[in-house]
Amino acid sequence: MFEYAPAPESRSVVDLKPSYGLFIDGTFVDPTDGGSFKSINPASEEVLAEIAEAGAQDVERAVRAARKAYDKVWGPMPGRDRAKYLYRIARLIQERSRELAVLESLDNGKPIRESRDVDLPLVAAHFFYYAGWADKLGHAGFGANPQPIGVAAQVIPWNFPLLMLAWKIAPALAAGNTVVLKPAETTPLTALLFAEICQQADLPAGVVNILTGAGDTGRALVEHADVDKVAFTGSTEVGRAIARSVAGTRKKLTLELGGKAANIVFDDAPIDQAVEGIVNGIFFNQGHVCCAGSRLLVQENVADRVLESLKRRMAQLRVGDPLDKNTDVGAINSAAQLERIRELSDAGSAEGAERWSPPCELPDRGFWFAPTIFTGVTQAHRIAREEIFGPVLSVLTFRTPAEAVEKANNTPYGLSAGIWTDKGSRILWMADRLRAGVVWANTFNKFDPTSPFGGYKESGYGREGGRHGLEGYLNV
Amino acid sequence: MSERVAVRKTYKLFIGGKFPRSESGRSYLVQSSNVSLASRKDARDAVVAARAAVKGWAGATAYNRGQILYRAAEMLEGRREQFVALGIPGDEVDAAVDRWVWYAGWADKLAQVYGGANPVAGPYFNISAPEPTGVVAVVAPERPALLGLVSVIAPAIVTGNTVVVAASPSEPLAAVTLAEVLATSDLPGGVVNILTGAITETAPTLAAHMDVNAIDLTGVTDASLATDLEVKAAENLKRVLRPASGAADWFADPGLARMTALLETKTVWHPKGV
Amino acid sequence: MTATTTSARSELSELGRSETALRTFLHGLPGVDQVGAEQRAAQLGTRSIKTTAKAQAIDLAIRMVDLTTLEGADTPGKVRALAAKALRPDPADPSCPHVGAVCVYPAMVPYVAEVLRGSGVHLASVATAFPSGQAPLEIKLADTRAAVAAGADEIDMVINRGAFLAGRYKEVYDEIVATKEASGDAHLKVILETGELATYDNVRRASWLAMLAGGDFIKTSTGKVPVAATMPVTLVMLEAVRDFRAATGRQVGVKPAGGIKTTKDAIKYLVMVNETVGPDWLDPDWFRFGASSLLNDLLMQRTKLTTGTYSGPDYFTLD
Repeated sequence: MFEYAPAPESRSVVDLKPSYGLFIDGTFVDPTDGGSFKSINPASEEVLAEIAEAGAQDVERAVRAARKAYDKVWGPMPGRDRAKYLYRIARLIQERSRELAVLESLDNGKPIRESRDVDLPLVAAHFFYYAGWADKLGHAGFGANPQPIGVAAQVIPWNFPLLMLAWKIAPALAAGNTVVLKPAETTPLTALLFAEICQQADLPAGVVNILTGAGDTGRALVEHADVDKVAFTGSTEVGRAIARSVAGTRKKLTLELGGKAANIVFDDAPIDQAVEGIVNGIFFNQGHVCCAGSRLLVQENVADRVLESLKRRMAQLRVGDPLDKNTDVGAINSAAQLERIRELSDAGSAEGAERWSPPCELPDRGFWFAPTIFTGVTQAHRIAREEIFGPVLSVLTFRTPAEAVEKANNTPYGLSAGIWTDKGSRILWMADRLRAGVVWANTFNKFDPTSPFGGYKESGYGREGGRHGLEGYLNV
Repeated sequence: MSERVAVRKTYKLFIGGKFPRSESGRSYLVQSSNVSLASRKDARDAVVAARAAVKGWAGATAYNRGQILYRAAEMLEGRREQFVALGIPGDEVDAAVDRWVWYAGWADKLAQVYGGANPVAGPYFNISAPEPTGVVAVVAPERPALLGLVSVIAPAIVTGNTVVVAASPSEPLAAVTLAEVLATSDLPGGVVNILTGAITETAPTLAAHMDVNAIDLTGVTDASLATDLEVKAAENLKRVLRPASGAADWFADPGLARMTALLETKTVWHPKGV
Repeated sequence: MTATTTSARSELSELGRSETALRTFLHGLPGVDQVGAEQRAAQLGTRSIKTTAKAQAIDLAIRMVDLTTLEGADTPGKVRALAAKALRPDPADPSCPHVGAVCVYPAMVPYVAEVLRGSGVHLASVATAFPSGQAPLEIKLADTRAAVAAGADEIDMVINRGAFLAGRYKEVYDEIVATKEASGDAHLKVILETGELATYDNVRRASWLAMLAGGDFIKTSTGKVPVAATMPVTLVMLEAVRDFRAATGRQVGVKPAGGIKTTKDAIKYLVMVNETVGPDWLDPDWFRFGASSLLNDLLMQRTKLTTGTYSGPDYFTLD
């Protein structure tokens, strides 16, 4: 009756080159061995650009450039000057935010509504926040004159390409380190545009180096002997491998890994907002969120009511063209990820959980997965234990607060958790007992540069954001 | 008149607040005494005891934990001569007492220094507070046997962690005697568990144990063993405190690092509305 | 209607008999988190409605307007002009639909009735000692009967906010029941005056109270207090009518009033209706805008869509 006409954001703000080199020592260079790969638009499978693949020699060049910049320029530079560069970068990001948002949606598949309203504002805010720390490190609680670590190797995932770059680069630079960053192979484009922004900001050469490539590039970077700090966001499996590879070295390590968060809804919850929170918790960014509320724990006496509301709400989700301003759920980032989501979802059905998706038409080309919930899930099901990293929610029930805590904590992960109840003392009681680095009470998936983020247990260690986020980049 | 025949002490393990012998029945001769040679099974038992103690100890009030650590200082002070008799220099015993007192005071202050309110850009209450990571395995420094041991146990437990400590293999008597101090300090059983014996036997078990949250390798002097333990610890992503690169000054101000390395930061959000 | 909703409906109809039962029920409704509700409303406001969807939305919005004048200075001449505008909002374009209703004070009803008779445009009259409602019940009911007798087929009553905030829910309930009876066949819109209720929890409770007492519509505001209709308040009311229909099978309409001045605003509300309660409410019988200046903006935007050029206020009648 009220059909929204297509409202596509224009692609014309983005000026894509046919191919991109590596950003080393302030300039774009060709890879030593000439390897390359293609980055595609996951919503259409169209090739966006040819991307250089960094090999061991390129890693060597980049680390050397970062070392030189650390020793000669960035390390000795007064904090107030580092701050000014970071402020400059923050401003440039704001000025070019539409371009960056469109490019992010093209390369990643996420809805423009999110890249425009969530990713980009947070990216700029992150640089603003840490810019201010650069000349105040002595007041951060790590001693009067805390020192940077040196050269940081940073490897980031594809789910929030530019935001994860900001989470890594902003605190590293503020603390006085130089960086070599490897974006994910499926989403390198905004990092390369960020490299241009570094040039535009006249950031001294070698302070930021961007190496594109896949797992081998990342491994070579992390294992490089002249790297002092390793920061990784990604899967627990790769995080474990990195933790092994730095064993016995002096490399400082922070890891932000997987999660299987419980979103706990009590019978006295503000139901309509809880349903929004559940939807935001698992369908935000197609569920490609390490802190996604992928396990809904709902009190049994309101389970039917909550599920009915949830299904009604899910039917309103608009799945499709990421560049359409009305799209709520975009494309799955890659064929491989789609395959994994399908495999785990099929396991959910095979293990006897009941699967439901709203009627929704998926485009023919590209990688798509309809928002899905599984009911009748138990703790033993794979879909209740393994991180799916897709728009798939497992619904479990509980009877008492203690049972909710027990089920929520019954996982090797410990990144985030949600609590929905109108009773204040219960929120605090629950928050004390949930083994998770971020607890959202009566809200979910909220992020802020001032707010530390990171996990317990196998969700990793170290915190990103806030004063705590400096610690991983200082010699303390 | 014949000289009184002394009653000698049997040096045993300290697990779950009790003093068992090694389940293996083994001991080794060190410092002129037979000391329990802890087995892998003893290490696993100690982890079980430490895990069981987490809920009560982490859930105790910070004030209460501070009181108990201070009580440990009092008990240690009272047994000063006993440690001197074991060959521990008097100034080391004094420093160990003072270290308990110093850490005891942190119990109800660290959250204020290390946590805080975060001024997020929205209508939210947002606070970060430290929490204990859980069960911590500790390889205590070889020496100073008492001060080194206190300096690794106190920062771990003051925040609510429980520990399984592999004591100095060459000077274990101070550790067992410290266990007696702790046993009379109102410290709940299982908060501190002490294993004597070979590091090469207990530490790999602890490093690989999936129910241990962190490992402090301070006392590991063999670099390849340290690497091996760190690799094992990666299996469940334990927090790892590496051995210091140079010689440590155990008498210096310890700073916060040993406490904060064994903490998690939990951030809680809540909307502000009517 | 299913058997369950029939029995739920009869159980709910019993609530009005006791203060305690009403209080227990209203305070047992799920709470509303202010921040979450406001964020949801803001998010719905970011939908981009263009081209054909916009054209469709504008015509629908025009049909939903309760073209309103509620001034001490209202005269027969003024309200006749308004009624004429309601019938033919854009004299230059016969394809332009008429508005939903004209809304005036009871004393003005006869003059408007002359113009609207047989047109399909409804005639709404505020009543019950609008806007404060601070008059004896008998006077409020007489006010209502007079308006209906003069030709109003919709009554916009105000609830007794004083009684509501003091927790005398039964008194509020009984007044609505009595007004409904006094309204006869006229549709009863119950104005909650949400700006005075202050919290969304109160808005939800007042919405249910009005529906339980028989209101055909729930309306946000009189337009006479500083805070009138807002997106989040309307969202909470839409959720209430949605849940009420699920529980009882009876559909109740919603009317945000006051402060909605632009086409952009109106479209945001329509998006919210669409995504909160669905197409069943996308009809002038179930959703209205209480507004005056909104209409001209809708007409200007409508002209822009049909002609491709932006119009100006000089080309639309001021009434």
